[in-house]
Amino acid sequence: MTRESSSGFSSIKRIERDKKRFDAIIRGRIKKELRKHITRGELIGKRGREIVSIPIPQIELPQLKYGRKSVVGVGQGEGVEGTPIGVGEAEGGASGAGDQPAHHIREVEISIQELAELLGEELELPRIEPRGNRTLKSRRSRYKTIRSTGPETLRSFRRTYRQALKRQIASGTYDYRHPVVSPVREDMRYRSWKEEPEPVANAVIIYMMDVSGSMGHEQKEIVRIESFWIDTWIRAHYHGIANRYIVHDAAAQEVDRETFYTTREAGGTRISSAYELAAKIIAGEYDPQEWNIYCFHFSDGDNWGGGDDERCFELLLERLLPGVNLFGYGQVESRYGSGHFLEALRENVEDEKLAVSQIPDREAILDSIKDFLGKGK
Amino acid sequence: MPQQLTQRLRDLQKEIEGYAREYGLDFLDVVFEVLDWEEINEVAAYGGYPARYPYWRFGMEYYALSRGYAYGLQRIYEMVINNDPCYAYLLAANPSVDQKLVMAHVYGHADFFKNNYSFAHTNRKMVDEMANHAARVRRYMETYGEDEVEHFLDICLSLENLIDYNAPYIRRRRREEAGDIDPDHPAQRRQPRRLAAKEYMEEYINPQEVLEAEAQRLQEERKQEERFPVRPEKDVLLFLLQHAPLANWQRDILGIIREEAYYFAPQGRTKIMNEGWASYWHSKIMTERALTDSELIDYADHHSGTVATHSGRLNPYKLGLELFRDIEERWDKGRHGSEWEACNDYELRQSWDTGAGEGRERIFQVRALYNDVTFIDEFLTPEFCHKHRLFTYEYNEATNQYQISSRSFEDIKRGLLYQLTNFGQPWVHVRDGNHLNRGELVLWHRYEGVPLRLDYALEVLENLHTIWKRPVHLETSDDGRPIVMSYDGSEHTTQESGAD
Repeated sequence: MTRESSSGFSSIKRIERDKKRFDAIIRGRIKKELRKHITRGELIGKRGREIVSIPIPQIELPQLKYGRKSVVGVGQGEGVEGTPIGVGEAEGGASGAGDQPAHHIREVEISIQELAELLGEELELPRIEPRGNRTLKSRRSRYKTIRSTGPETLRSFRRTYRQALKRQIASGTYDYRHPVVSPVREDMRYRSWKEEPEPVANAVIIYMMDVSGSMGHEQKEIVRIESFWIDTWIRAHYHGIANRYIVHDAAAQEVDRETFYTTREAGGTRISSAYELAAKIIAGEYDPQEWNIYCFHFSDGDNWGGGDDERCFELLLERLLPGVNLFGYGQVESRYGSGHFLEALRENVEDEKLAVSQIPDREAILDSIKDFLGKGK
Repeated sequence: MPQQLTQRLRDLQKEIEGYAREYGLDFLDVVFEVLDWEEINEVAAYGGYPARYPYWRFGMEYYALSRGYAYGLQRIYEMVINNDPCYAYLLAANPSVDQKLVMAHVYGHADFFKNNYSFAHTNRKMVDEMANHAARVRRYMETYGEDEVEHFLDICLSLENLIDYNAPYIRRRRREEAGDIDPDHPAQRRQPRRLAAKEYMEEYINPQEVLEAEAQRLQEERKQEERFPVRPEKDVLLFLLQHAPLANWQRDILGIIREEAYYFAPQGRTKIMNEGWASYWHSKIMTERALTDSELIDYADHHSGTVATHSGRLNPYKLGLELFRDIEERWDKGRHGSEWEACNDYELRQSWDTGAGEGRERIFQVRALYNDVTFIDEFLTPEFCHKHRLFTYEYNEATNQYQISSRSFEDIKRGLLYQLTNFGQPWVHVRDGNHLNRGELVLWHRYEGVPLRLDYALEVLENLHTIWKRPVHLETSDDGRPIVMSYDGSEHTTQESGAD
């Protein structure tokens, strides 16, 4: 029988087109109106045993339908009246019998390392380029080839045996009833090394965080999660990158990684203090000619008055932006609703190297990371 | 690319098909395709159809399926589509015990598609029809732009559940709408009918109040006749197709979505039965015939995977399978009818066996004549609920959890039927297509105690407005208060309405 549908299979790769379309929606490139229907849980679910759960994004089109919580469901199993049967996560069995009570988010559990790799499919360090000559290329030796000469200590038994066997079979001297394989000089194979240039981009990431009193617990948490992920991702993808950490309230100080993620300060906010310190570090240690420089600054944007904003713009325009590859500014929702710095920044500083992002809640963290590091910007 | 069946698989197919016939299954021809993992994910994303219209939702399915596979969470066991011939897919890498299981299962579905009344009206050349739809949508995309057409698809699909699920089985259109004139129809009859009576009996046989009431009723009916539509129209998509100001390509796409919605509807209304029937037959064929000793463990593993219940959820495969087995046993042992119902003696009921032996015959009847609603309604018994530990659950606001709310038979049955009726979809009708004589559209949701998701309803109204191009209204209820939600193209308003 000739099947009419067989022609359909030749176009199966059409799924690629549909997949791309879906990706584009998820990343907000098209159809902004659908984005609000994307369901995804928190980026970091369980952190125990180095396991996180990341949800697979799903989009549900709005329809006239019942609010699920109000529907009585039927299930199967042990328990008495009042026994809780778990929240959401309905999988197993398709719909129809109404066996899915909750608006379900499909989740998978993967390790942090894997997650960083996953993020890597969507992220990149923008404008990274080979800079500097001090450590530009290191050469590294790896044993990965085979030669016919070499020291006996590096003889590859398997290759040698195989070569000898091949030769004997080809020449008809191999007898399967008496399978003796004896290598001669030409059969000898030795492991050997190859020198590979390994490009090392010189890059430094400077993280700055506002730890002033106006940053509430939740705000700090968001900032920590976001910089943690940027940090994790960068560490997984680029080797030999230098990291510097700065915290500031009314005054800035450099701290180590541990302190950066755990410190709790309180006080006023003078953003310029951090910028000044960053500029000083760069000027002293990282020549932009030789280094790719990335800065990320997180704050609630609740900067003190008294001309500090202007001082910041001046620092950015004159000392920071000319040298860096990217300056990312992420603003979390201020508890007092007075975060103005982001707007002021947008108005006063125009530079393609400046990326700003608003992070209203935890859900927005992934989007914000993509604002900074998303591909194709 | 689909591979030709190997000789080995062809032999297996012949073997399984033979067993299926021996048991009396009567099926559509089945064509098996062998696919590798990526291909089977692709085909599954399209619901098993080799060609569907281009749309992001299929990409989303594919993403979820392939991710799920990559992390080892899910595997597609079987996929079969209602078409003549039925197409079904085998995973190339599966061992032959799996292939047998899938084949046996597929023959169960193929029998069900052919014989269950719900599928009697479905298009059996749907594979071709879908390819046709795909070609048309693709052509519109080339002409009118990908974004534009896809946006319109979004809108149509957000309305796709507003069809009349029972329409294929009854005649809704009335004769006069088809052009026939019925002289006795209220629209033609202006005067209340009097019964012939002697004059002195007149006021007893045709009392004045009755005549007046009748006259009023006729007047109301005449008013009704002037409405548009005459009576609430449940096939909202049809109404839009016929009356909304759409461009031709839009009308065609709306028609495509509606046609596919009707095509898929019977699968929704027979989910429990269909899966139960197929599972019943794969287990029958495998355990009684096809299984070799060495395959037993693998078979048991996969079968239990199919019918497993996860943490208190109801698995339609399992429920349907057990119900069919229960029916077979009951009719084999004569456990039905008035005598059985009347018997209250536990011991007697436990050992009840009249040796009737009508079980097999009965389940074949049931698979032809029932759908999920009637199936549950008629064959779910208190014993069954007890034996399979069924319960109902409800959402508890206080604990933010679902919890078991009841184990009583009545509650379970009501809960199941409630979910199944109308697919668990709300009943929505077009009540008025010319509201206030301003061409505004009024939809009416028949409120049955459960409110709609109002945030979604707002957006559905926006989508509806895009199609109708005049203000649209939805009559529904929120917490028991009747409300009217309106959207006029720029803003939403919600009013409490007096009358329902």
